[in-house]
Amino acid sequence: MENLQLIIPELFISIMIMFLLIFGVFKKNSSQLVYNLTTVSLVAALALIINLDTQIQSSLFNNSYNIDSLAKFMKILLILSGIFVMLSSSKYVQISKINKIEYPILILCSILGMMVMISSNDLIVFYMGLELQSLALYVLASFNRDNLLSTESGLKYFVLSALSSGLLLYGCSLIYGFSETTNFNQIMINTKEIEYGLTFGIVFILVGLAFKISAVPFHMWAPDVYQGSPTSVTVFFALLPKIAALTVFIRFLYIPFYELGDQWQMIIIFLSIASMVFGAVAAIGQKNLKRLIAYSSISHMGYALAGLSTGTTQGVQSSITYITIYLVMNLAFFSCLFMLKRNDEYYENIDDLSGLSKNHPLLSLSLLVVLFSLAGIPPLAGFFAKFYIFVAVINEKMYFLAIVGLLATVIAAFYYLRIIKIIYFDPEKEKFESKHNLGLKFTLVASTFFILAYFIYPSGIVDIISQININ
Amino acid sequence: MNFPILSSLILLPTIGALFIFFVRSSNSQYQSSKYVALFITLANFFLSLYLWIVFDKSIVNFQFVEEREWISGFVNYKVGVDGISILFILLTTFIIPICVITVNSTIKNRLKDFLIAILILETFMIGVFCSLDLVVFYLFFEAGLIPMFLIIGIWGGERRVYSAFKFFLYTLLGSVLMLVAIISIYWITGTTDVIKLYDLGIEAKYQNLLWLAFFSSFAVKTPMWPVHTWLPDAHVEAPTAGSVLLAAILLKMAGYGFIRFSLGLFPDASLYFVPLVYTLSLIAIIYTSLVALMQEDMKKLIAYSSVAHMGFVTLGIFTMTQQGIEGSIFQMISHGLVSAALFLCVGVVYDRLHTRLINRYGGLVSIMPKYAIVFMVFTLGALGLPGTSGFIGEFLVLMGAFKKNILVATIASLGVILGAAYMLWLYKRIIFGKLINEDVKKMVDLKRFEIVTLWLLVLPIIFFGFYPEPLINSIEVSVANMIDINDLDKINKLALGE
Repeated sequence: MENLQLIIPELFISIMIMFLLIFGVFKKNSSQLVYNLTTVSLVAALALIINLDTQIQSSLFNNSYNIDSLAKFMKILLILSGIFVMLSSSKYVQISKINKIEYPILILCSILGMMVMISSNDLIVFYMGLELQSLALYVLASFNRDNLLSTESGLKYFVLSALSSGLLLYGCSLIYGFSETTNFNQIMINTKEIEYGLTFGIVFILVGLAFKISAVPFHMWAPDVYQGSPTSVTVFFALLPKIAALTVFIRFLYIPFYELGDQWQMIIIFLSIASMVFGAVAAIGQKNLKRLIAYSSISHMGYALAGLSTGTTQGVQSSITYITIYLVMNLAFFSCLFMLKRNDEYYENIDDLSGLSKNHPLLSLSLLVVLFSLAGIPPLAGFFAKFYIFVAVINEKMYFLAIVGLLATVIAAFYYLRIIKIIYFDPEKEKFESKHNLGLKFTLVASTFFILAYFIYPSGIVDIISQININ
Repeated sequence: MNFPILSSLILLPTIGALFIFFVRSSNSQYQSSKYVALFITLANFFLSLYLWIVFDKSIVNFQFVEEREWISGFVNYKVGVDGISILFILLTTFIIPICVITVNSTIKNRLKDFLIAILILETFMIGVFCSLDLVVFYLFFEAGLIPMFLIIGIWGGERRVYSAFKFFLYTLLGSVLMLVAIISIYWITGTTDVIKLYDLGIEAKYQNLLWLAFFSSFAVKTPMWPVHTWLPDAHVEAPTAGSVLLAAILLKMAGYGFIRFSLGLFPDASLYFVPLVYTLSLIAIIYTSLVALMQEDMKKLIAYSSVAHMGFVTLGIFTMTQQGIEGSIFQMISHGLVSAALFLCVGVVYDRLHTRLINRYGGLVSIMPKYAIVFMVFTLGALGLPGTSGFIGEFLVLMGAFKKNILVATIASLGVILGAAYMLWLYKRIIFGKLINEDVKKMVDLKRFEIVTLWLLVLPIIFFGFYPEPLINSIEVSVANMIDINDLDKINKLALGE
């Protein structure tokens, strides 16, 4: 008999999905209630996960499901981001009339899929989790179905994602063919010798994963989907799938194919450099804030991949730190975006920010902090994120990667500065509403404070992450 | 000494900034926030003065060292001062209150934000001068970009956006390579602690590349020819207080960095690159002096003269002699005072006539005699007349240079003549000549707060011109030690074939 206690959080969320679905169908006009219940159940799931004891690495179902310190940390990140996304976007969901009961339930489904991905130690389980989260995301992207852009983004995401899933599945089958197993640990044992088929398998799977975290050259969907989806879904896109995909990246590269590092290292380095540079250059001409943040997140994923490409524990830890800080920065950015509201209409063009600092000094200050942090200027959190990455990269003597990465930050600094210029140097426009709900305010204040005050005690997060066991 | 005096120096302005930030803003309270800022900065000045008094000038080691764990197992927050850095701290805390006083006339909108920016900037600048860890240094060095970017961008002139961007991106581009170098140093030696690095030394085979990486950052910040072009733009567009800060303190970070890091950590590489630095410095001295001669805009002229003066500084540092380095430090302090004063002088007339074009003025001596006097002192200080602080610095630098390379020293001396030419010509065109323009005739002489700020700068310029002992005294031991530790003398002699 398996020890099901270890997957109580997953079980809990599954039960909540079914319960909320039935509850929502039978109770009229319960969409807001379901939304709040979803948030509450996420908090409960968070408590359950924190309660898990991961001192001893344990696995379930024939070693295909791993509950270890990596899974625990990533799930905490995942659920926490989920809670903050729910808190900050509740008003937006109401106003843009997408507060149907399905909306929070789909989010829960997607989170469940991601949890499965994070814990997976087997190609089949991993694929199952991936599809669960993707299916929910297709619907979410086109949730604002009367909006042309939204439906377009949903369809686009579906077609391209299906293609990448196909590639990924093909890679899985190749690996299965050459190693006679789907279990990660078993693959490691069975693949001591390099075979071409195996390399092809790795490449196909990496392509599929690169698509999920929108690394160049598999990024094409990101700008359109970010822009077209409702903002509350965009923030979800920007945060949660990245956590799950990065964890799978780590597991996939560092458990079954750790020995074959020279096979995949060049690929990751290429993905990393291409994403950093392309993300930085392409964002310069953007006019829409959501589109801009899509390119910016492409660039940020490049840095996270740079940490992974080192092939060392330190590199992985730096990537995890990077993604943690990235989440907070993006959360803060989107919270600011949610505040640009006037007469029940949300504004998302860069020009709408013109002269914001005169009417909304506090909001502009938060944006200033967030943008400088995204640009990686010390002493803000974003600088430390990049710093850890480069420490790991330079330790491996990968100077080229480090220098390209740092030059890309200078290019990227340009478009962040451009937003700051519009906020602070340009003439003012009409005021936005200054009343916001508590959850949104709390999200913004907490995340901005984290970014600002990170330098006072930078060891905290690093210490936690350094305890994560990868192999 | 248990009281963390350096950390208080660093933190006090930020606390002041927070205080101003949280005081509710309304027009009537603008003044009160100014007094808060003035109070805080003055307190900081007296604190640093106290530091200078209790500082033991005969000891070689860093003093008032504080160390705390920061990024666990990797970087420690470590600050401390020696005879060199303490002067720069003093310069910073002395110039900032003067900037705060000047905001009266120059800053028309968002006074509160401006004061916050200046106070935050002070924190970072003091941090740069007393950090004893490379990462901490980098952090403060880079962080200063944020407030300066805002100061130029929000309160600047017409082309402020262009200038602010140019300033930010140039400096950022320069310093990213330094970050790579700092991390590399960590992996080569296992520490980023400057004192430990002085003891350990860095293997010669790594030094050249690391030196170049640091150089790329400091050269942009100094600024050295050919990466100086951001400076005239930034100076011209920045508000008066911004120009003062930029010229008086921000530029000195690079000179300080050259001494503390380039010379201190990479002595072999420094020697190797001496010809490069000499060449760039000489071009800076001669070329930018010539450019300064042709300027129509007062601020631009002074900006180019800054580049030329900083050329002397880099030249002096890389003579690697006692006189040369002492002269450079002296020149930096003196230039900090003089250029600050000159920008204030420009600010004075700009506030009255709202133009910086030199030919719009003329004949000011008959209507603004008080102004003519202080401006005279600063002009003479800038051209290095004996009896002003400018002379001591240039003289020592040239002395060091003559010891090493007579040709270089001779060319550099030409720069002194050119300096006299453009400064005196500027003075002539503004102060003397016929009073033609009607609006110039209406200009009033210095107001009380202007007299106070300008005379506060006149005093040290003349005092240190006649009696440089206190400054020289303070840096002597540290410079000698720096030369000693790194066997610069020995390396020099080897290179000269003695």
